[in-house]
Amino acid sequence: MAEEKKVYTRTKGIIEGAVSGFCPGCMHSTVHKLIGEAAEELGALDKLVRVEGVGCCGLGQFYVTCDETIAAHGRAGAVATGVKRSSPDSLVYTYQGDGDLAAIGLAETMSAANRGENFTVIFVNNGIYGMTGGQMAPTTLVGMKSTTTPKGRDPEEHGYPMHMSEIINQLTAPYYIERVSCDTAQHVIKARKAIKKAFQYQLEGRGYCLVEIVTSCPTNWGLDTLKSLDFLRDKMFTEYPLGVFRDKGAEEK
Amino acid sequence: MARIEINAEACKSCSYCVLACPTKTIEIGKEVNSKGYLYAQQVNPDKCIGCAMCGHICPESAIEVWK
Repeated sequence: MAEEKKVYTRTKGIIEGAVSGFCPGCMHSTVHKLIGEAAEELGALDKLVRVEGVGCCGLGQFYVTCDETIAAHGRAGAVATGVKRSSPDSLVYTYQGDGDLAAIGLAETMSAANRGENFTVIFVNNGIYGMTGGQMAPTTLVGMKSTTTPKGRDPEEHGYPMHMSEIINQLTAPYYIERVSCDTAQHVIKARKAIKKAFQYQLEGRGYCLVEIVTSCPTNWGLDTLKSLDFLRDKMFTEYPLGVFRDKGAEEK
Repeated sequence: MARIEINAEACKSCSYCVLACPTKTIEIGKEVNSKGYLYAQQVNPDKCIGCAMCGHICPESAIEVWK
């Protein structure tokens, strides 16, 4: 019998033996793992610097092994700009949820993208504020119930969902924009490739990269883990289609 | 022969691995870990093909795969 080989192992990007603080079925922890794996594949784990938004992503501070700082709510783009400019050799990424990036931090997000700052934005879009208790986020779907829209989001009153990848795609400077998900193993592998590509572009000094990850929030959606996957596929993917919006690297080839 | 190892303490019973496994060798067991979650267990080790789909999808990185 041939000697057995380890084909899948836990990344060194997350603390050994640690169990994340995220809810069961939450894909935040999947994304943390993917970031670690992508950086490990590039051999850049020791250069990795994380700038964290406020919200559920704050739980990641007890879970990742890289250096990190937590920005004021929504200001991760501004803080990451400072970190990257003062320490150009480091691999800087911001880790933000939809409430952080698309609501309170919209100005910083847009400005950093417009300047084409050379860092990577990992944007986790689950259509709701998680940590604070399920309030409506800018990305909440029309008709979706949250604690602040108990009858469902009404466009007359609350406006329509914001598509951040599409909005940032209107700017000239960003280099790479892709929307991925983590609902199946195949999508997880694609998401890892997208994050790795964004990190690679950053190491090459190409500029602003945004990877939006559409995920579920079983706790605040009020669904179990498997039903939330169905909701994710049926409703979220319709509103937020997956795909590459811009890849200047591929265009140049 | 392929095999997997599930860290029962890290499992949160989301059952994504059960869905992802193409040969249906993983099930949510009847025992609980120290946090009270029913954790995933391998039921038909012989059927495991070592594709590592469970490892990729596991949010907690609780599964390691050998082939």
